[in-house]
Amino acid sequence: MSLGSTVALLAAGRLNGEVVPARAQMAATLGFHIILACLGIALPSVVLLAEFIGLRRHDQTATLLARRWSQAMGVLLAVGAITGTVLSFEMGLLWPGLMRRYGAVLGLPFGVEGVFFFLEAIFAGIYLWGWQRLPGWAHFWSGVPIAVSGILGAMSVIAVNSWMNQPGGFTQQGGTVTSVNPWQVYFNHAALYEMPHMILAAYMVTGFVVAGIYAAGVLRGRGDRYHHAGFAIGFVPAAILTPFQIFVGDTAARGIARDQPVKFASIEYVERTSRRVPEWLGGVYANGRVYGGLKIPYLDSLLVGFGPGTKVTGWDSVAPAGRPPVVWLLHLCFDVMVGLGFLLLLAGLWLAWEWWRHRRLPQRRLFWLAGALSGVAAIVAMECGWVVTEVGRQPWVVYRLQTTAQAATTNGGVLTSLTLIIAVYAAIGVATILILRMLARRWRAGASTEAAVPYGPPAPSGRASGAES
Amino acid sequence: MADAVGGILLAGITLYAVLGGADFGGGLWDLLAGPTRRGLAPRALIDETITPVWEANHVWLVFDLVIFWTAFPHAFTAVMNALALPLWLAAAGIVLRGAGFAFRKEMSRLDLQRAAGAVFAFSSLITPFFMGTVIGAIAAGAVRGDASHASLAAWTSPTALLAGLLFVTACGYLAAVYLTSEAARRGQQPMQAYFTRRAQAAAIVAGVLSLATLAALHSANPGLVGYLTGRALPLMILAGACGLAVLALLTAGRTRGTRVIAALGVSAVVWGWGVAQYPVLLPGTAVTLANAGAPPATYGALVVVFVAALLLIGPSFALLFTLQHRHLLHADHQPPSGH
Repeated sequence: MSLGSTVALLAAGRLNGEVVPARAQMAATLGFHIILACLGIALPSVVLLAEFIGLRRHDQTATLLARRWSQAMGVLLAVGAITGTVLSFEMGLLWPGLMRRYGAVLGLPFGVEGVFFFLEAIFAGIYLWGWQRLPGWAHFWSGVPIAVSGILGAMSVIAVNSWMNQPGGFTQQGGTVTSVNPWQVYFNHAALYEMPHMILAAYMVTGFVVAGIYAAGVLRGRGDRYHHAGFAIGFVPAAILTPFQIFVGDTAARGIARDQPVKFASIEYVERTSRRVPEWLGGVYANGRVYGGLKIPYLDSLLVGFGPGTKVTGWDSVAPAGRPPVVWLLHLCFDVMVGLGFLLLLAGLWLAWEWWRHRRLPQRRLFWLAGALSGVAAIVAMECGWVVTEVGRQPWVVYRLQTTAQAATTNGGVLTSLTLIIAVYAAIGVATILILRMLARRWRAGASTEAAVPYGPPAPSGRASGAES
Repeated sequence: MADAVGGILLAGITLYAVLGGADFGGGLWDLLAGPTRRGLAPRALIDETITPVWEANHVWLVFDLVIFWTAFPHAFTAVMNALALPLWLAAAGIVLRGAGFAFRKEMSRLDLQRAAGAVFAFSSLITPFFMGTVIGAIAAGAVRGDASHASLAAWTSPTALLAGLLFVTACGYLAAVYLTSEAARRGQQPMQAYFTRRAQAAAIVAGVLSLATLAALHSANPGLVGYLTGRALPLMILAGACGLAVLALLTAGRTRGTRVIAALGVSAVVWGWGVAQYPVLLPGTAVTLANAGAPPATYGALVVVFVAALLLIGPSFALLFTLQHRHLLHADHQPPSGH
């Protein structure tokens, strides 16, 4: 995700040694994992919603969707689990300076997350493989802990990230942490807006991705009830959450203006602390001016403090070394995120209008095109948000306490691990998508879903292990 | 309090060894199961027994890493810096194992299944090996307390390499014992005999490798061996007795209780290592449980987290294993073909 920023950093000559490859590797692995994390957090809820509809209304289509999504979820949860484990290793292997000094603090929310990761994995084992032999509602309830622990686990991980933005809940002397207040670490200042923002993002990404897949099917002429149901079960919850997300995002932006004014100034192109600050839509900042953007007078002050006279802190409040490296990247990523959020809101409103007037899904091809792109749009918006929060915190890894350069490993060879991991992740990403497509093809062909045993060949008399059951 | 958290970490390592280790061992036997047709039956049994549980078992690793870095951050970063290479390789193995296993399941073409299966099986071999070299290097006293750079010598010493082989064999041993019981419960006599032979072989090799590792450790870190044969001796004897008991039971064609005894034996080795090292965290240095960089409040919070974890996770694991035991979790989707 912030690979571009890292390249820009390199060009600017601000960093050297292992810091740049370490950041690039963290960005690449986190940027990959975060998509799977979103699906891990929210896909169980979407599958459960389909199963609930299926059980409640005896709707065969919904049950079939739940069962098929559950099979895809098995693959996605596995890839999410292993890519998440890589991040655990990277915390120590790439950022020993951070862990040595603050491991005892930021490890606590990770410990809480571990508990929920367990619950998620245990109940996923029950839910995913219990379709055949657990009775309907019992099976449904076995999935509920996955959804709940997905949310609580996500809160814990976001607690760590927001703590890096607003560190608190501990005291230190001479570089050693001397006391910790776990409660204040977990519920730090930034957690209050980061947690809902990311959990809503996870639900939007998942809902729109699911919807996008079925919208693409409708565009290809598969406009049957099965595809409409698959679309709606993903799209409707995501669309309902979109306005809430816009509200939370707006609150978060004001929180950042207060808590991390330099990050906010970079997002909004505020050079000097002043009043009556304009809002820039788009535009590239370079050499002290903005090229190609749309300037709306007073709007930034209005958004921050609800009045044109509101004073907004500029990046001139800190020395150049304390500012994020590439402000145009931050600004454009922020604009893309917000812009896509509003486009998704429009798509949701379109559906709401059509449903209100005609009790049906929109018929126009443009709507289905928007639906098909909504998943990609949600992912791009979410990744842009992470670029804003991570690059915007630079040069700090722990805001105003430790720089990223101080945290990075001094071991050589990060470039090698970066190269290898990009190759492996590319292969895993491609394989995951191919396998999901293969599953879809197999489903369309109406076949039973799976080869009988690993390594085939299909045993002549049914399953080779059939004797045992 | 630091001691309590040290115990929690050791318990977490034990559980990862006896649960996650067996899943790696399953991959090892998958690797050695031979050509497609001949390997069909053992691979099917391995696949069925690992499928619903491997992810949950894997979480113990993440849990252990988190406890390690939270409670003992100075020791954690020293290990991560000094042993970066085997840790990277273990991480790569974990990624490839999980991906290979999950992908193989959903693939329908034989050649693709073979490729994914090979990735799964081979990475099941290398992951415990590199984890073993890490533990071996720590036990040999090759990690300096302030290590800031990777050391090749640290994990390529005889002790570390032997520990790596021992880990692989121990995983294979656990898996073969578990699979023998599983085959017996399903009435698959050929498979029971098949895995009994492998469990016996692995038990003998593991015994030999344990002694060899101990001998290598004696020249690298005689102090630790002194404690292993001193205050940790009862645990060492327990480990040996468990191994012999499993061998005897399997030779007599009995499977009842072998799983628990095998797991107990491996646990005794882990706890023997812990007891021998106590209270030192990195042998050969002054880094102990109590001075590895965390304030007391962190220990307290971790104990609370662990108790909460036990209350939530314990019953959940019990449910998972019970359902699996009763064959209610079946690794086969068969959606009604409505469309």
